[in-house]
Amino acid sequence: MSSLYQVLSPAGELVSDLKGLLDEATMIKMYENMVLVRQFDRKSINLQRQGRMGTYAPFEGQEASQVGSAMALAPGDWLFPTYRDHAAAIVHGQSMARVFLYWMGHMEGSISPKHLNIMPPCVPIATQMVHAVGTAWASKLQNEQHVSIAYFGDGASSEGDFHEALNFAGVFQTPTIFFCQNNGFAISVPFSQQSASKTIAQRSAAYDIPGVRIDGNDIFAVWLTMKEAMQRALEGKGPTLIEAVTFRYGAHTTADDPKKYRDQEILSEEWRQERDPLQRLRVFLENQGLWNETKEDELMAHVNEQIDAALVEAESYPKSKPEDMFKHVYAEPSWMATEQESELVKPSKQEGIPA
Amino acid sequence: MKRKLTMIQAITEAMDQKLADDSRIMLLGEDIGVNGGVFRATEDLVHKYGPDRVVDTPLAEAGIIGAAIGLAMNGKIPVVEIQFLAFIYPGFEQIVSHAARMRYRTRGQYHVPMVIRTPYGAGIRGPELHSESVETFFAHVPGLKVVAPSTPYDAKGLLIAAMEDPDPVIFLEPTKLYRAFKQEVPEEMYRVPIGKAKVVQEGSDVSIFAWGAMLRVAEDAAKQIERENGLSCEVIDLRTLYPLDRDTIIASVKKTGRAVVVHEAHKTAGLGAEIISIINDEALIYMKAPVKRITGFDVPVPQFSIEDDYLPTAERVKDGIMETATF
Repeated sequence: MSSLYQVLSPAGELVSDLKGLLDEATMIKMYENMVLVRQFDRKSINLQRQGRMGTYAPFEGQEASQVGSAMALAPGDWLFPTYRDHAAAIVHGQSMARVFLYWMGHMEGSISPKHLNIMPPCVPIATQMVHAVGTAWASKLQNEQHVSIAYFGDGASSEGDFHEALNFAGVFQTPTIFFCQNNGFAISVPFSQQSASKTIAQRSAAYDIPGVRIDGNDIFAVWLTMKEAMQRALEGKGPTLIEAVTFRYGAHTTADDPKKYRDQEILSEEWRQERDPLQRLRVFLENQGLWNETKEDELMAHVNEQIDAALVEAESYPKSKPEDMFKHVYAEPSWMATEQESELVKPSKQEGIPA
Repeated sequence: MKRKLTMIQAITEAMDQKLADDSRIMLLGEDIGVNGGVFRATEDLVHKYGPDRVVDTPLAEAGIIGAAIGLAMNGKIPVVEIQFLAFIYPGFEQIVSHAARMRYRTRGQYHVPMVIRTPYGAGIRGPELHSESVETFFAHVPGLKVVAPSTPYDAKGLLIAAMEDPDPVIFLEPTKLYRAFKQEVPEEMYRVPIGKAKVVQEGSDVSIFAWGAMLRVAEDAAKQIERENGLSCEVIDLRTLYPLDRDTIIASVKKTGRAVVVHEAHKTAGLGAEIISIINDEALIYMKAPVKRITGFDVPVPQFSIEDDYLPTAERVKDGIMETATF
């Protein structure tokens, strides 16, 4: 861990300079956001267990990486999440109700708020990285001051698209930030078996772009690194590869049992005790006199209220109609789809309604 | 003023005119800049429009197509060249998982107006994997349009239409026809609508459906059989493979009652099967004989010592016509 860039130690102490870039309000907001998304994540797992939601990909343990990176973004920036990056999406402005909807199997769960560019969660591995090169490239050509950030995991670094994305971004100097959350496991395969290279950050050397390995559970390190990467991108100096070293406490998804491939309790407990991203920031804020038990209780009540409200909104969302599947395949529907749609919804096929 | 162009010249002209017409158009591909493309489709365009608009990319099909998807989502209209159809496979995931689905996944919030141009088909004595005809892969995927011109005139008009289409278009250029003949092509910009077939020759006894390089084979067979047996053939160039022009197909078979589909793609699950199915659905009672398919075989396209034996010939098409005529 010592080779990682770190600003806030697990004990909650500053170990390097804040460079004057972090104010108290931002620090408090960071903590509040991390608490919010952690509660959201726990709620989602419960909902899945109750059968109110489909298979879900939890992120607990990775809050600092997602919250810190997304908080650094500006509204016009493009965010390309994977299926584990709903915390980043929420912090960048996606509504929690939409995220619930997505996992409840509604296609409308992928819609980005109008003024933002939040892409739907990408299910294939590493494929979104090249899209982030493309949107960033267009921003550059159109002289727009926006970056594109692609989230991905350690497993993605083995895919061809990872290499093609970094190569393209280097050649065309696109304002793209490649943000890896190395949580140590690609479902069941540990990083040691994923790659012979010691780190993901070192791969950047092959493309001659800056690469940095940071403590992904240290939100200050994440935020400061992002700010630097964004500044470089917006000055026309091209992409950055960030490897945020972190851990998912739980399973790959609610359909996965991590006990099969790792010493689940021991490993998770170790990370939770020694490196938890929320805990260290809370200690720091308390030591600064910026946080206390009362504030914690108030915050917890507030975030639970917000989450409950989002859940009500999602669960009262109108049920999708079968004909919705025919919408938005093309700008104008093909004749085949139009006919198939009319077959699907013709009255004789509906129960109780005469033809 | 009569001006004749080859198909490759017509394709170049379509891109040249759209580059001049619409600043959002960008060309991307391997060797398309100073080299002008392996078939010279982009000859001189980089000198006219600069390296930001005619981009020599790294050799990486997923990278090219994936980056083009991002460009298209953020205001550009990328026109991608893949050197040969079989080289598209590394980018296949980007096409089917992303280009085809972006509009759907985002409920219409983002769309991908892009064109992927690629030479396809046999008959050019190419090395292994330079002669594929796997249009079915793309016609099977909702969200894509698939176009295959057979003449210089159509190539220009369809390519301009493809560049103006709001959805991703796979534009299959029959390699064999790039320089096979010249045809009168208007200088101005014009569009040949995507989704419309063309009745190339009217006839009353049998309908022949073909596209790309096979159109010429179909026309040859039709001429010969008319001369030899007095059969009147209606030859139809489908031009667009998704969506198929059902109305033109059905109108023709209702008139003739017989049909032959000619394609160089492998037979099984080729588009011929789809055309037959459409005829069964809409015009079975008009048919006097089962529809005949003259196709490539269910084998990898062989290397060129026996390439011609793989491809449908006018002789094979004539046999097919006679089978339906004498059923």
